[in-house]
Amino acid sequence: MREDKRRGRDGGLVQIERMIEVTIDGAKVRVPEGSTLLDACKKRGIDTPTLCFAPNLTPVNACRVCVVELDGARALVPACARTAEPSMVVHTDSERVRSARKMVLELLGSSVDMSATPNFDVWCARYDAHPERLGTPSRAPTVVDNDLFVRDYAKCMLCYKCVEACGADAQHTFAIVVSGRGAHAKIATEFDVSLPDSACVFCGNCVGVCPTNALQFRREHELRVAGEWDESSQSVTKTVCPYCGVGCVLELHVQGDEIVKVTSPSDSSVTDGMLCVKGRFGWGYTRDAK
Amino acid sequence: MWGSNARETHPIFFHHVLRALKNGANLYVVDPRVTSTARFAKRHVPVRVGGDIALANAVARVILDERLENRTFIQRATADFEVYQRSLEDYTPEAAQRFTGVDPAIVREMALDFARADRAMICWTLGITEHHHAVENVWALINLALLCGHVGRYGAGVNPLRGQNNVQGGGDMGALPHKLPGFLDVEDPVARGNYERLWGATIPPEKGWTLTEMFRAMEREELRALWVIGENPAQSEADAGHVRELLSRLDHLVVQDLFLTKTAQLADVVLPACAGFAESEGTVTNSERRVQRVRRALAPPGEAKDDLWIVGEMSKRLGRDFGQPTAEQLWDEMRTHSPLHRGMSYARIEALGGIQWPCPDTDSLGASFLHGRLWEEPVRGPRAPFHSVAHTEPAEALCEEFPLRLTTGRRLSEYNTGVQSGSISSPLVRDEALELSPSDFAALGLREGDRVRVRSRRGSVTAPVRVDPGLPKGLVFLTLHQPGRVDTNLLTIEATDPRAGTAEFKAAAVAVERCE
Repeated sequence: MREDKRRGRDGGLVQIERMIEVTIDGAKVRVPEGSTLLDACKKRGIDTPTLCFAPNLTPVNACRVCVVELDGARALVPACARTAEPSMVVHTDSERVRSARKMVLELLGSSVDMSATPNFDVWCARYDAHPERLGTPSRAPTVVDNDLFVRDYAKCMLCYKCVEACGADAQHTFAIVVSGRGAHAKIATEFDVSLPDSACVFCGNCVGVCPTNALQFRREHELRVAGEWDESSQSVTKTVCPYCGVGCVLELHVQGDEIVKVTSPSDSSVTDGMLCVKGRFGWGYTRDAK
Repeated sequence: MWGSNARETHPIFFHHVLRALKNGANLYVVDPRVTSTARFAKRHVPVRVGGDIALANAVARVILDERLENRTFIQRATADFEVYQRSLEDYTPEAAQRFTGVDPAIVREMALDFARADRAMICWTLGITEHHHAVENVWALINLALLCGHVGRYGAGVNPLRGQNNVQGGGDMGALPHKLPGFLDVEDPVARGNYERLWGATIPPEKGWTLTEMFRAMEREELRALWVIGENPAQSEADAGHVRELLSRLDHLVVQDLFLTKTAQLADVVLPACAGFAESEGTVTNSERRVQRVRRALAPPGEAKDDLWIVGEMSKRLGRDFGQPTAEQLWDEMRTHSPLHRGMSYARIEALGGIQWPCPDTDSLGASFLHGRLWEEPVRGPRAPFHSVAHTEPAEALCEEFPLRLTTGRRLSEYNTGVQSGSISSPLVRDEALELSPSDFAALGLREGDRVRVRSRRGSVTAPVRVDPGLPKGLVFLTLHQPGRVDTNLLTIEATDPRAGTAEFKAAAVAVERCE
């Protein structure tokens, strides 16, 4: 759970932010106390690969692709979860870091279909990772059991973000968990029933946080299968949900003359990136009118 | 949470509540039904339909008896406390139980938690306002906040959760019978004069009719022509059969909508409009008074036109050509007259991701808390008055012929009369059914799959039945979401609050019989 740093402009709780200084790749960076090393890297202008991290979820340290080297620490540390402390000296591009990130990318890329993961190719090139030398992912079936979103298990890297978003980090529905152990671990509903028979309320927040597109909106899935999904031609427009008075910020992803996906920015003070079933899927009437 | 099933009706607001619960907040859910919201509560408070004032008064009585009121705040910032205190004489939790149905121990617990909390807020929805004593209900809750000083500061306050994305903004912009854009009073000659000069027109100096008053005026045949914009009263109004008859009798009915709704089907002229959130430009204001931008992402279909364009053309044909200003030009014009919005340029709204009013100038953001003035030394402006309010029964009493209480509400995946939400193919959507408590279900000899006829003094519908273990004996529940299947508003009563004009959707008397 992200700590709530919002505060009133007058009266009430005013939190005083203390700044601390860390050294990243030889340069000093000042960040507010409580920031992570990832925040500090970002401030320094360093692009750090992340997969299991999301700004609106508790870090789970599952993927290890963001590891950095910390002077005085025996092991590499995940930048997304490690809190910055005064005088830390951090290396983000050392031989150890490059080799660890390369290995993570190769292990992931050889066991999971990362083809729809944004930036995966870029990172592989940057770290000279060649997943195919370790093998190719096996095809797991795509589960289509409702009209709103699909589960493409071949793309699931078990980062748990969906479980967190469905559970105590946001939605508190607890419809999905990790079931099985070791190589048999997978994200499943209770007793592995279909989503419509589970506790799922179809908010799509699991889809919203999925880094690999293993969870995909139904319309996106259809377009991808038909070979018509074209992100480069899509526009993204920010607007406000038409249902209820909460005022959730929507990002309408439009391809051609059709809304193909709806997301919410994780830095919105109203939504923290989360939506409900109406906001996420309630735009069909714009299409029906046509 | 009082009279609100926010878990389903305001899910993302409820995420914020859940965060507070994780931080140790206590949640009380006051609702006749054990809703999905109630399942997250420290305590569900099963108030009888219409018992809210008695309950709030009983809570106040406990707070005062235990001397937990905020004396300093009451003396500094409020008025009419003594009268209020006297009005609570008859509302011990034990005496009030007759009206509230709530165990006095629960009332005590809630009162003590509320009064002892450093910060506490009360949020409500239609469970409070869809009654013929809606305004009194709200006053009863405001009294509690004033009693403990839980208002005008961080983490405290009284919050109506708006049901639609621009209920707040529509009212702020004058879509109320007594308001001008900027929430200025139509009966205030200065404000009216400013707009008269701006528009070069005369504005009627007295307030107009509320929606319910308009239907009364149709009954008297004083209102003969109607222009309906984005509303489906033929299905959304209480006592819908009567409403449809009144709409059909008009000389002229114009409906401006995205769809050929039931109301539009009665119209002489239908003006196809754009979807506000995706096909036009402008702003909406949410429940926290945050003004945010809506933007055009799609070209509108067919001949559909922007609301702004339609109003402009209509005005031209009525003899006054305002041209075709953009949404931003109109907004800037309004800002010159509304101190609440003056500092909110589109650029600033964009940069800050929305701005809450009041925002009087472009250099600052104004006060965070609407009633923060109550904590200033000395208090700026008028003192906040207590309103003494007494319990009133629902307009329609239960009787031998109509022995069950029908209440209405929303479900998670659906919305109002289903015009918009009908397009969501959510697996959660089930065919509308009358929900009954297990004991009424058994008493009526019903089985799953049965259909029943539900009758009120105004009409009757048939519906399948379902058991809801969260309903108390004597209470049945329907939504308005699927009027094609179950035309719930044929049953509801249009007994309205005289001040707010809200109908008593929450309390009709009905009879239920099994269909053979």
